[in-house]
Amino acid sequence: MSEVQQQPGRGFPGGYGQGPRAALLLLADGRFPAGGHAHSGGVEAAVADGRVHDAASLAAHCRGRLHTTGLVAAALAAAATAGADPLGLDQAADARTPSAALRTVSRRLGRQLLRAARAVWPAPALDDLAAALPRGAHQPVVLGLAAAAAGLGPLDAAYAAAYESVSAPATAAVRLLGLDPFHAAAVLARLAAETDSVAAEAAAAGRRAAADGPGTLPAPGAPLLDVLAEAHAAWPVRLFAS
Amino acid sequence: MADGRGGTALPLLAGDGPLALRRTGPVPAPGAAHVTVVGAMSAPLGGDRLRIEAEAEPGAHLTVGASAATVSLPGPHGEQAAYDVRLRVGTGARLDWLPEPVIAAAGSRLRMATRAELADGACLLLREEQILGRHAEPTGDLATRLTVVLAGRTLLDQELSFGPGASPGWDGPAVLGGYRAVGQLLYVAPDLTPPAPYVTPTTGPDGVAALTPLTGPAALVTALAPDGHRLRRLLDELQERLTAPVLTMAPGTATGAVPPTGSAAALNGTPL
Repeated sequence: MSEVQQQPGRGFPGGYGQGPRAALLLLADGRFPAGGHAHSGGVEAAVADGRVHDAASLAAHCRGRLHTTGLVAAALAAAATAGADPLGLDQAADARTPSAALRTVSRRLGRQLLRAARAVWPAPALDDLAAALPRGAHQPVVLGLAAAAAGLGPLDAAYAAAYESVSAPATAAVRLLGLDPFHAAAVLARLAAETDSVAAEAAAAGRRAAADGPGTLPAPGAPLLDVLAEAHAAWPVRLFAS
Repeated sequence: MADGRGGTALPLLAGDGPLALRRTGPVPAPGAAHVTVVGAMSAPLGGDRLRIEAEAEPGAHLTVGASAATVSLPGPHGEQAAYDVRLRVGTGARLDWLPEPVIAAAGSRLRMATRAELADGACLLLREEQILGRHAEPTGDLATRLTVVLAGRTLLDQELSFGPGASPGWDGPAVLGGYRAVGQLLYVAPDLTPPAPYVTPTTGPDGVAALTPLTGPAALVTALAPDGHRLRRLLDELQERLTAPVLTMAPGTATGAVPPTGSAAALNGTPL
């Protein structure tokens, strides 16, 4: 089904994972110019309902997101880095994102990340993806291809996606709740071991999907994130885009 | 299968173990066959392997319901039970798969996988409800996966796990947020105009629900509520926004299933 033939690690003769590791810090940096800072990972809607109101409830929100949509995103990203067909992964992301609002957000973030990645780590695979999906590919798929273009491996891509799934809500909660930034950072620090295990699970699943097809990817959903995302998208005024 | 007279024949209706199948009335729509899955004994118990299959052949209209909720109970040695549901819907056929909820009793462990394969031009209405424990008891472990494939393309693939053995965070504000009942209603129809997203108020005491279009001729309702009654009310309320109240398609077949330590049932509907 693919018109996009991705060669992992093109530009890095030894294959993926052969580039400078510090590229991962750049890719996962919240200041990387890919638009992620405008999204709260569902926390804005949760704060409005009183579901997230302090560091403990923020931690519970982040933990639930990490093990559900965070795992899915990390596995999709790892699969893309490992050379799975990006268009097949994009369809798999659709099937794993029942909320129309969240599909729209993911494609918008994917478009923004692709623009940045093509400038930072030019690679034919990124150009091919932009040509095949001009309205934007799902963000984790772009993230995986960007990681490959930077010479990173599937586990690196999984780390970037898994970390992003918790760092976005934690950062947003500082603004939304007036939470002490030290407390928000402590939430992320306490999730570090779980982030490790999710990234490892996602990398294994991503490699498997590259061999056996995207149907083998994990698909855990987060019903409340899905429902609240639809509500949030209908707000007339909001601080974050999602 | 279609019976050739505008109705639905049931050439195969076989159940054993705890799953008994009964052709029941009244028929929900002209030309449809209606089957009720009757729980013949307590199941699933830990260690059971249950399977149920239903197929609506081209032109058939099959509706399947259940006589009671399925209570997942602990086995004697803490083993996990498995329950597989396989649905197939042919071109021009319609399957209404509307079982009663699955209740994860305290201490139980169940893995439930539902896979629906739809031909191009097939119609499916599917409801799934999960309840976290019987009244005032902690929930057992339940891991579900719903995979719907339309004309070879995966339309929806969703897992949900909760209970003491599930990944952490399942009870937090991102996943189930303290609600004790969660459910989905999926509608796939070849001529479906994607409905506009709709959300109930999100802070009321009766739960929350959203209706959202999928990528394809399909829409999904996701609902969470404090209990099974309020969950069903939300699903029914949003179903009205989802489905035209037309049930005028030809007939179907159904198959039900049993555990290897247990039972299988099969329904097979064909137009009469």
